[in-house]
Amino acid sequence: MDFATFLIQLLNSVQYGLLLFMLAAGLTLIFGIMGVVNLAHGSFYMLGAYLAYALTARWGSLTLAILAGVALAIVFGLLLERLLFRHFYDRDHLDQVLLTFGLIYIFEELRSLLWGDDVHGVQVPALLAASIPLTENQSYPVYRIFMAGVCILLALGLYLLISKTRLGMKIRAGAFNRDMTEALGINIRRIHAVVFALGVGLAAVAGIIAAPVSSVYPNMGSQVLIMCFVVVVIGGIGSVRGALIAALLVGLVDTFGKVLLPQVAGMLVYMLMAAVLLWRPEGLFKQ
Amino acid sequence: MSAARAHLERLPTGVRVALVLGLLALLAFPLVGSDFYTQMVTRMMILAIFAMSLDLLQGVSGLVSLGHAAYFGLAGYALAFLMPQNEAASIWWTLPLSLLASGLAALVIGFFVVRTHGIYFIMVTMAFAQMVFYLFFDNKALGGSDGLYINFRPTVAIGGTTLLDLDNRVVLYYLTLFLLLAVFVFLRRLLWSPFGRTLAGIRVNEHRMRAMGFGTFAYKLSAFTLAGTLAGLAGYLWGVQSGYINPELMGFHMSAHAIMMVILGGMGNFAGAIVGAFSFEYVLHLLKDLPTVGGVNLGKHWQLWMGSFIVLVVFFAPRGVLGIVQRLTAGKSAGKDDSHG
Repeated sequence: MDFATFLIQLLNSVQYGLLLFMLAAGLTLIFGIMGVVNLAHGSFYMLGAYLAYALTARWGSLTLAILAGVALAIVFGLLLERLLFRHFYDRDHLDQVLLTFGLIYIFEELRSLLWGDDVHGVQVPALLAASIPLTENQSYPVYRIFMAGVCILLALGLYLLISKTRLGMKIRAGAFNRDMTEALGINIRRIHAVVFALGVGLAAVAGIIAAPVSSVYPNMGSQVLIMCFVVVVIGGIGSVRGALIAALLVGLVDTFGKVLLPQVAGMLVYMLMAAVLLWRPEGLFKQ
Repeated sequence: MSAARAHLERLPTGVRVALVLGLLALLAFPLVGSDFYTQMVTRMMILAIFAMSLDLLQGVSGLVSLGHAAYFGLAGYALAFLMPQNEAASIWWTLPLSLLASGLAALVIGFFVVRTHGIYFIMVTMAFAQMVFYLFFDNKALGGSDGLYINFRPTVAIGGTTLLDLDNRVVLYYLTLFLLLAVFVFLRRLLWSPFGRTLAGIRVNEHRMRAMGFGTFAYKLSAFTLAGTLAGLAGYLWGVQSGYINPELMGFHMSAHAIMMVILGGMGNFAGAIVGAFSFEYVLHLLKDLPTVGGVNLGKHWQLWMGSFIVLVVFFAPRGVLGIVQRLTAGKSAGKDDSHG
């Protein structure tokens, strides 16, 4: 592997890892704070991707699609939290698994009704369609760098929100001790709604910005969901920092595995997870 | 938490009577049912074995596995690989080897997963099952996404005399019914054995069991391996019946369906798993077969109805059919059974 190929793979793995982080961060927060297993989290990613497809087709602008898509996703998340998830915070994990599994069926069928079962492409915006040449015949698309940039900005924003703001302080307090937080007069229900909507919003952003690269297809949420589970297990439930490190690790192992050991590439990530489980059954950064 | 959820371990008389009536109906069914329905009920019974094997983990031990289909599918694949292309192989060695494949996989994966608890257990079982799924899905040598055909049904013969002809649908039906009963009786005995009591204790409070000197790791791993092996029995029968095996059978939908079957019937007593498997398959069959109303083919959108059905069940009947039957038939004793759950 020469240096240019190595660099491309490295960039790809970082970009994939960051994208996984966007999904896993919401998942791990919802796990950590509300104690909810959300199998439908992958559906929010799919929702984002299909919104990107539908909105860019209508308005021809990915920027507008991102803004409107995120707003729609957050409203959708708030509604879902209010109508369904709120009633399941104190229920058995088993019930949560089944509820969210049922939701996957519903979302897939609604997706099929709204947008059909075909694979759709989403055009990369003209501004970002260029490529940066690395050698004579290898180059790196600007759009992928843009994706990574968006993810880094949002990760930074998430970090600031959680560790530097009053709202973040309440979120951390709620995760640490729900009853005590409530007793101090903080509206924990509102915190839950905000965290849930935040998770849905992050997953939708990931779906929107990934749409031009991955294209848009049925069941696209399922595969990414499993990868997010692996990330959350490696990183430790409830830990956003753990999710970031685990996501980058999974990105590296997956991308380089496909290049160096293509026969077993599909299994490498799971082997990594198994190794972490032997070493630290509660993940690397258990809170 | 699962410990708090009321478990119905002892079956009230009303439920027992219903089960005996159900068994009589199953015994008589091939005499009256058409070929199509005989096959459908055979499939339901196979899935009932699968659901019972999951109930050992989910209902009895409190281990919610979201990857149980992997062991179901593995035995089917084992049968596909063991069955020669041009002649039928004997059940006497294909069945044990297929069960061994599922059991070994459950032992190895179980070694990693039973270290985890709660949400982790759910996610890790699912992730490992997906690993198995992609192993078969991505490799052309293992059948790839299309799966494999099983050209012959295994022979059941002793010394050249054929005992059972599995190509006969009715014979296969009764063999499946016999195995369903055998697994049910075995698991019911297990439930009240010291091993079963220990598993139930682990469900209620694992720390306490450990403090009392039980090596809970070994107990959980044994339960996981046994459940995987029994799921393999169901997968083997599935392969025999359908003559075809594909990665979807190991997928995450299949695992979630099994969880749903156990919930739908009522968990922790194996009878519920049987009732749940039959009800779930029947509902699925109904929904896929919905008529066209006003130009809209309702059956085509079965996922919407199935999803709504699951959400409604979880909302309103989280203790399943047996929970409802028990409430209706047993009246006062319902409260008593709840207390030791």
